[in-house]
Amino acid sequence: MKVVLRNPRREIDVAGPVRVHALLARLEMSREAHLVISNGTLVAGDALLHDEDEVEVRPVISGGAG
Amino acid sequence: MKCRVCRQPAVIDLPRHNANFCAPHLVKLCRDQVVKAIADHAMLTPGERVLVAVSGGKDSLAVWDLLLSLGYEADGLYLGLGIGSYSDASADAARAFAERVRRPLREISLRDDHGYDVPTAAAVTRRVPCSSCGLSKRHLFDAAARDGGYDVVATGHNLDDEAAVLFGNTLRWDLDYLARQLPVLPARDGFPRKVKPLVRLAERETAAYCIVRGIDYQVEECPMAEGNRHLGYKAALNTVEERSPGTKAAFYLGFLDRMAPLLAAHAAEERTALGACLSCGAPTTGEVCAFCRLVERASSHDPVPVELLRRVKARR
Repeated sequence: MKVVLRNPRREIDVAGPVRVHALLARLEMSREAHLVISNGTLVAGDALLHDEDEVEVRPVISGGAG
Repeated sequence: MKCRVCRQPAVIDLPRHNANFCAPHLVKLCRDQVVKAIADHAMLTPGERVLVAVSGGKDSLAVWDLLLSLGYEADGLYLGLGIGSYSDASADAARAFAERVRRPLREISLRDDHGYDVPTAAAVTRRVPCSSCGLSKRHLFDAAARDGGYDVVATGHNLDDEAAVLFGNTLRWDLDYLARQLPVLPARDGFPRKVKPLVRLAERETAAYCIVRGIDYQVEECPMAEGNRHLGYKAALNTVEERSPGTKAAFYLGFLDRMAPLLAAHAAEERTALGACLSCGAPTTGEVCAFCRLVERASSHDPVPVELLRRVKARR
């Protein structure tokens, strides 16, 4: 599946099917610091992502206060 | 995963609440947390005019949307920081949201209205860009609220922001900063009260709120903030949070409950030590406030492009 990453915006290929939590673990991304959107909808950690899904891993941390 | 409330499919799992939520109940959770924060800390009263400090990011648009949905009369103020295409996209997000909710968005440009921008200020002061950025925001939001007849300024500081700042202040045992790290800063000398209605919401929750509400926000990180200390504190706290959900809330909300009261006298002492800036009248410890000194130095300097500052930073 195509997975869009941010900061900077880029796209990678990931083999499915894979659950959201497993995808984040595979990408070594914190579950506390990211949300996953599949086909335009926010999805929970146990959601199963398939090869045909359009997936975005969106970071939620902003650092403008330091 | 099922929603804890209605058993419909969940869109988010929130380990700190040991629960999952569908979109409508996530929105309700966010509203309930904001209502509780406002009530617990006497942030707002009905009928007050609120000016929301809007950056175009998830937190400021979420707090604006939440305050409007709770019936508060809230307008926005966007401050153009002059950080290249990042600022352009942020302004677009702020304007689009203002149009969507049909509320006024006041705009100030650091470059056009005050003769400098954040990259130039960072180069002139030789300090991290977040320093002059924060100073400019605090001063100009205060001044705009005072001039516009607003009772209160609301900012989008969330639980993660406050926990990270608290972590940094605690590591240094900085009593002055600890004493004033409160969700409400009282009005003084014609300057408005400042409130942080999102302090009970983690930033994963405010981002999720924007997504399920269909709010388009600036997703990209500020290029000036890359690698700053604040982000390091957030990463450290999130490592602990993943192993022990609820730690960030216990740390910050516990501070407010049990530590802040012990520092109240220190905070009051600090406030009485402030005088008025000879140039603009803002509260300050010196004769001329830090903002007026910054404007004097930075506005006489040639503009520094954001790309140049990033290249210099990358070489360090």
